[in-house]
Amino acid sequence: MDKLLVILRNLDAEADFENCVTLIDGGILDSFDIISIIAAIDEEFGITVPAEEIIPENFNSAKALYEMIQRLDEE
Amino acid sequence: MQRNLLEYLENSAKEFPDKTAFSDGKKGLTFEELLDLSKAAGCSLLEEGFAKEPIAVLMDKSPAMAAAFLAVLYSGGCYVPLDREMSANRIKLILETLKPRAMIVGEKTTAGFARTLKYDGEIYSFEELSFGDGDDEILDEARERALDTDPAYIVYTSGSTGIPKGVAASHRNVIDYIEALGEVLQADGGTIFGNQSPLYLDACLKDFYTTLKFAAETVFIPKTLFSFPVKLIGFLNEHKINTVCWVVSVFTYISGVGALESVQPKFLRTAAFGSEVFPAKQLRLWREALPDTRFINLYGPTECTGMSCFYEVDREFDDDEAVPIGKAFPNTAVTLLDDDGQLIEDADVPGEIYISGAGVTYGYYGDFERTEQAFVQNPLNSAYREIVYKTGDLARYNEYGELVYISRRDQQIKHMGYRIELAEIEAAAAGLDGAALVCCVFDSVRSLITLYYTGTIEEPKLKKQLKELLPGYMLPSAVERLDEFPSLSSGKIDRKTLTDKAIERNV
Repeated sequence: MDKLLVILRNLDAEADFENCVTLIDGGILDSFDIISIIAAIDEEFGITVPAEEIIPENFNSAKALYEMIQRLDEE
Repeated sequence: MQRNLLEYLENSAKEFPDKTAFSDGKKGLTFEELLDLSKAAGCSLLEEGFAKEPIAVLMDKSPAMAAAFLAVLYSGGCYVPLDREMSANRIKLILETLKPRAMIVGEKTTAGFARTLKYDGEIYSFEELSFGDGDDEILDEARERALDTDPAYIVYTSGSTGIPKGVAASHRNVIDYIEALGEVLQADGGTIFGNQSPLYLDACLKDFYTTLKFAAETVFIPKTLFSFPVKLIGFLNEHKINTVCWVVSVFTYISGVGALESVQPKFLRTAAFGSEVFPAKQLRLWREALPDTRFINLYGPTECTGMSCFYEVDREFDDDEAVPIGKAFPNTAVTLLDDDGQLIEDADVPGEIYISGAGVTYGYYGDFERTEQAFVQNPLNSAYREIVYKTGDLARYNEYGELVYISRRDQQIKHMGYRIELAEIEAAAAGLDGAALVCCVFDSVRSLITLYYTGTIEEPKLKKQLKELLPGYMLPSAVERLDEFPSLSSGKIDRKTLTDKAIERNV
């Protein structure tokens, strides 16, 4: 989770990634950010996020992102 | 002969009054509704005393914004499209430079934001302007005074001095462009565009005016969908979208994450792309997934209205081969000249692209100096005045006689489809307290902007302050403070060394 938070804070130093659950719906992350996050997950976790997983529900909070990473890691 | 862009709207509204012209996927405006709203709002502008002058339109992308553009044309004026995503600072700069006497906003959307801009002209909501009916007598009178050489819009593009440049294009420029583009896209009344381009860029002319000319339809695709490829393709299928003119980065993002393997845009018959080079590997994925779709590479600067060159993909490309930009649009000439102004006709000799024809715009509004640097007498013509646009783009002919883009001559870049002067980012950063020397470099392979600077300001603080000054797409992905800059023997900053440093950092 810490590794993920570092990735996120790199995009926006001020957003409250620990608690915010509307990162997409609230417009905190834009399409540039999503692309950066996908690239960073690949780099830091060695996990390729498949197209079907790139949906708003998986990017709306750090928790959702982390759960997706764990799920993909187990597969 | 057609003299005014509004004739597109008027003809379509007469023939297909109940057909949807623009929609956001939920709500739309038919051609008749669009006509009525535009005429009513245009008439109000005339009654308020505005005619033949720039009117700013600051709204969120919507069918109503389309009507606001057309309303300004009904007043005989030219619209200046603005959007909150350009950042407040940039909008302020544009308003201070241009000084339009009026601005149109959305009552429930941008009105509050507009009041924070300290703008001293009149602010009207589109809702109040378009209330009631337009008076035909007043509108006809305005049309009689109109010329096809009158400016239709001013769009702002990145300027190397830090102040955006406003490119002014006439009705004639746009008509010439849309007539040619319609042929290239093979557009007709059945065309349904899926719009991606912001309405504050010339890129949107393709969807916008082609829709009006052919009584076609444009669906404004919600911006967040471009982050989610599978959902985006679902939207295209739901709305039976068959034509898209998108920036390359949208296509490569979709194919790059493997979305085409699970879902395809099944109605897509024409896919046009531009602004950047389409990597051959990604293009192959698209062509394999959609073997019956036409893929068209478009090239053209804002200064020549829209697009000036096109190439319809008709063969396979090696991974390291560049997709050509092809040949000039109908009624446009594109020539390659060497540094001595001599014509280049042989293959593989690099030269600068010069563009001539009815699509060459007036240049930069209120800035004769910068206009004259780029809009020049055709070096090959010593007989009469013929203004051509010197693009600053280098290209060559390949063995098929097709033009292939090579690079820029200056520090202008294309990032996520947006045209950016690195010097504009530098100008913004250099203006911050505590920043001394600044240098912005671009890793073109990874499409990443890095800003180096010296001075006392901390990196996160500089990043935060830049965010307030520049639109999102112009923000550097990395910011690094250096103790000192590498310099050339001339004393100038060594950009090459800094670029290499950034590339190394990005690996």
